[in-house]
Amino acid sequence: MKYLDEYRDGALVRKVVDEIRDEISAPWTLMEICGGQTHSIVRSGLDRLLPTQLTLVHGPGCPVCVTPLETIDRSLAIASRPEVIFTSYGDMIRVPGSSTDLFSVRASGGDVRVVYSPLDALQLARENPDREVVFFAIGFETTAPPNAMSVLQASRLGVGNYSVLVSHACVPPAMRAILGWPGNLVQAFLAAGHVCTVMGYWEYPPIAEEFSVPIVVTGFEPLDLARGISAAVRQLEEGRAQAENAYPRAVTFEGNRPAQALISQVFETCDRKWRGIGEIPESGLRLREEYADFDAEKKFDVGSLTTEESSVCIAGEILQGRKKPADCPVFGETCTPEHPLGATMVSSEGACAAYYRYGRDS
Amino acid sequence: MPKEEMNKKPTGGPELSCLLPLPHHDRIVLGHGSGGKLTGELIEHLFYPALDNPVLLRGDDAAVPPIEEAMEEGDSLAVSTDAHIVQPLFFPGGDIGRLAICGTVNDLAMVGAQPLWITASFILEEGLPYEDLERVVQSMRDAADEAGITVIAGDTKVVEHGQADGLYISTTGVGRIPAGRETSGRNARPGDALLLSGTIGDHGIAVLAARGELAFETEITSDTTPLSSLVEAIYSTGAEIHTLRDPTRGGVAASLNEIARQSGIAIFLEEDRIPVRDEVQGACELLGFDPLHIANEGKLVAFVPQESASDVVEAMRKHEYGREACIIGRVESDPEERVLMETGIGGTRIVDMPAGELLPRIC
Repeated sequence: MKYLDEYRDGALVRKVVDEIRDEISAPWTLMEICGGQTHSIVRSGLDRLLPTQLTLVHGPGCPVCVTPLETIDRSLAIASRPEVIFTSYGDMIRVPGSSTDLFSVRASGGDVRVVYSPLDALQLARENPDREVVFFAIGFETTAPPNAMSVLQASRLGVGNYSVLVSHACVPPAMRAILGWPGNLVQAFLAAGHVCTVMGYWEYPPIAEEFSVPIVVTGFEPLDLARGISAAVRQLEEGRAQAENAYPRAVTFEGNRPAQALISQVFETCDRKWRGIGEIPESGLRLREEYADFDAEKKFDVGSLTTEESSVCIAGEILQGRKKPADCPVFGETCTPEHPLGATMVSSEGACAAYYRYGRDS
Repeated sequence: MPKEEMNKKPTGGPELSCLLPLPHHDRIVLGHGSGGKLTGELIEHLFYPALDNPVLLRGDDAAVPPIEEAMEEGDSLAVSTDAHIVQPLFFPGGDIGRLAICGTVNDLAMVGAQPLWITASFILEEGLPYEDLERVVQSMRDAADEAGITVIAGDTKVVEHGQADGLYISTTGVGRIPAGRETSGRNARPGDALLLSGTIGDHGIAVLAARGELAFETEITSDTTPLSSLVEAIYSTGAEIHTLRDPTRGGVAASLNEIARQSGIAIFLEEDRIPVRDEVQGACELLGFDPLHIANEGKLVAFVPQESASDVVEAMRKHEYGREACIIGRVESDPEERVLMETGIGGTRIVDMPAGELLPRIC
């Protein structure tokens, strides 16, 4: 098995889509949580194969998109300091802050480097003892374990010149916030498969019950998505509201217990602002007090930051699933991946970028 | 004279330094670019023996190629230029020298030109191992011989340590387009079939692997190859060859989008037909890349009339650099100039111009 080809098999996908078509008898609105799922849907053209009674709305599962503007501006200020080597995953490099972005900071002489893992950043810190290495630790629960590990290792090895700028978000509180909003249209969720490989899906049954919504853990390949959608539609048609796993090859109910323990050891939950949505209580992670030495926010005093969002960007409404990119008056016009006005356009997981890249002809 | 006296710097007067540096045979030094004795030695001992041909060896300020012998009645001249800054200098399947020759030869071939002459301008970093330069230049000779092109002029400059990343090469090539060939990015039209000569993404991934940026080992090698003889095989079918392009930086996606704009057409691809090596696909999945965006240095796309497509594919497959040639799409009438793709599951998506991945120095 190659684990990719089988889940991209066109015949299998169309078979599942036919099953959905046979099953569906009413209009339903589903939200896929994760930006990676949005991209996969639009990239494979799956959305155009599904029956028209099905509406897919795109959730806030794009960590880049929901990183507060203040945090981005803070990262830019830190990256501009001459003693700093600022490291990040590639997708943050072009995200615009109030006035600039990491790409431009690099072009102006800042030492900004793309890494594929925070442990690479830690290694950089060990190799450059006279510099301060900062890792931009953004993401959902998926990336929290390696970030936690890097802090733990830094602490054990006494690497004093390593720190992380944390902007972690947790999925279940966001789901609750969306479901609790008065105008909510979402009737079922496709839960973020890779968050669940870490966290399991034990957090979802209470939500499914409280709000009467099916929550189906779903993967990312076209067949995974088709199966997740099929399971959600079946539950809706049958009037059920359960947490279900349609990604069993990667997700278990309990999840990755050691990884969860690692997260708890290094991080604690906190209130968090989601860009475009607002504050959601207990929806973020921050470093525990005992790891304060590795907190870049505390280490670098960048003064007060005044942020300036674009007045025309509707990214917030898109992230909440209320609008689609095509609803935006500047989509594809003044706002493109090369000149993004907001994070949903520049992030590789953002809904606007997905539509622009793969689906703007529809 | 007591030792202290000998070692005392003379007071008064200008700082003196020895103008005749010690001979350095293992590394390039600034003197190699000064146009004096060291430069001369570099040319005589390295460049001339490796590149060896009468036009080059005449040694004048400008080369005088035998243009009357090379050109025929009705021929057109084609000229192309490139700079090569790839890192690292040596990678599986090639090196910056081979890349420099093949890059320009291929650009000429894409307008139907048979390669004739090429120039090579070197910017060397102080401290570059002499042996590396020898290897690169020999590699250029080998590639030039394979392509049927001759290096007839060159230049060498040396910059301080820390600049030029070892070595940059700039090439300008000249070729002849036999009368009757009308191949241009402007000539693709509805009814054309779109052909691809082989697997995509090999070069870009090979270079990333050589930089140690893949978390796994792979045996992917760059496809850096001169395509001139493959292109001649294509023309020898007698088919009208509307457009040829070699998808380098930006990959197949960039080339097709350019052609769509130049020719004012819409291009339809079939994802299932596009050959990608498993290792390249795997690397792209891990790194979040689209194989359609990754550079190739030994592949071409061709737009030919539908009725000629199978003949051209057959001719390509008979050639060592076209064994996996196939039809991957077509041109249709459409008001919008764009590239669309039927996906593996039967959906449709746009194939956009890549927005610029973080893939520095791959060519």
